Amino acid sequence: MHHEEVFTNRNVSESSAYYYVDIETYPTSGWDKFKQVVKRTFNGELFVGLWVVLREMIKFDIHTLQYPLEKLPIGPRYRAVHKLLRLWESGYERCIGCGLCEKICISDCIRMDTRIDENSRKEVTEYSINLGRCIFCGYCAEVCPELAIVHGQRYENASEQRAHFVIKDDMLTPLDLLKAGEQAEYPGFGAIIPGSDASVKKTPLAY
Amino acid sequence: MDVAFIIETIIKIVVILLVFSALAGLGTYFERKVLAFMQRRLGPMHVGPFGLLQVAADGIKLFTKEDIIPQNVVKPIFKIAPVITAATAFMASAAIPFWPQFTVFGYTVHPIVADINVGILYVLGVMAIGLYGPLLGGMASANKWSLISAARSAAIFISYEVISGLSLLAPLMMVGSLSLIDINNYQAGGIGNWIVWSQPVAFILFWIAAFAETGRTPFHLVANDHEIIDGFGTEYSGMRWGLFFIGEYANMFFISFVIAIIFLGGFGDGTIAGAIQLLLKVAFFFFFFLWTRAAWPDVRPDQLMWLCWKVLMPIAVINIVITGIVMMF
Repeated sequence: MHHEEVFTNRNVSESSAYYYVDIETYPTSGWDKFKQVVKRTFNGELFVGLWVVLREMIKFDIHTLQYPLEKLPIGPRYRAVHKLLRLWESGYERCIGCGLCEKICISDCIRMDTRIDENSRKEVTEYSINLGRCIFCGYCAEVCPELAIVHGQRYENASEQRAHFVIKDDMLTPLDLLKAGEQAEYPGFGAIIPGSDASVKKTPLAY
Repeated sequence: MDVAFIIETIIKIVVILLVFSALAGLGTYFERKVLAFMQRRLGPMHVGPFGLLQVAADGIKLFTKEDIIPQNVVKPIFKIAPVITAATAFMASAAIPFWPQFTVFGYTVHPIVADINVGILYVLGVMAIGLYGPLLGGMASANKWSLISAARSAAIFISYEVISGLSLLAPLMMVGSLSLIDINNYQAGGIGNWIVWSQPVAFILFWIAAFAETGRTPFHLVANDHEIIDGFGTEYSGMRWGLFFIGEYANMFFISFVIAIIFLGGFGDGTIAGAIQLLLKVAFFFFFFLWTRAAWPDVRPDQLMWLCWKVLMPIAVINIVITGIVMMF
């Protein structure tokens, strides 16, 4: 019996996807129990089970992923430890120190410190995320107007302290990597949706 | 009793002990691999090529682990229980012919420790004594899970002793001897002479009983992980627990030998080909133990008792009666 998975109506009725499983009543008399056992014994159910596992063994379709050697591809929207990106052309930090991420962070784990530097540009002097409190909700990446803070793909972290992963120097793309063109533009959370230019509407001048 | 005989016997005992202790270890490896393949996993892969050295790693772990004797256990009994399991398993092997006799440097070797005329009776009897391992270990452990396991093992072992004994009676009536070598020679004529053709019911019954005797999966309630943790082994650690394990796997091998010799012709006419056939048969029965573990669910203790006393035992008795009637006329 095949049912479409329509789970909007959760009441058990004729029209819903939920239905009562047909279970035969249990035998009560000894003779009926005996008949049930005989039926099950000669039904070959045991051999069906044996065949199924043997078939899987012969097919040898192994699903194991030998983890440290092989890794599953992770989705672009995967939210692992954060990264701070740089501008491609100038190599400046993208972060403009607006503090939105600090403000929106619901577990209150982002701390930043800023100053106005010689070029009258706002510079971020300190930027840290307390990973012990971060819930990886992705709000910081979503709210960032500059695509500066993103969630990277680095999920394998080992250190003596969790705080080690998220000081600014660790998150920021190193300059040499940027020059080598190895800063990955991040397609995930908070990034511009492909083709979003087309969906931008002109602001009416009548404002 | 001359010196040569004593030396020969000691060598045989040492060889059997070493071979089957190693096989018990390898048995765990094969069990993991076979179960893994049947469940689309890889099993042990990291220690040695294809995880082969996992056995050695497990051995090292078991030997070097702390041997914990919990506070409220009955110490002497708690300590001796695993030894009973392992020792009886190996003692039972004394009457099993593992290979046809062969000649080395003009000296005829009988690869059986003691060809006693009550061979199969001795094997089943000593295996039955193996019951005291789980029973005493479970009762001495001061642990309710172990106690439940001890009660279950006593009930199962005693019940299925009846099945294995009664089911063997019919083939033994045909052969007229209890020695496993005689039973083997009775079927030496080839595949048509195998007892399984004349006693298929007894073969199935004994096979079922073998699962209960070794406590393997359809009848694994002695140490059912999801109900009673590790049963009688719950309080054990290190090599004492390992002895239970070696005993269980050695028992699996020995009972496979017994089934193959009694019902499937054993080593046949005693040639090398026959001997290799015996090993293949044993390998199949051992594989079947693992196979069922992947395929079949466990039965409840009451279902097990029901099956034993209300189904299997009557069938076994009827089988004996029919065999007797056929032999008389």
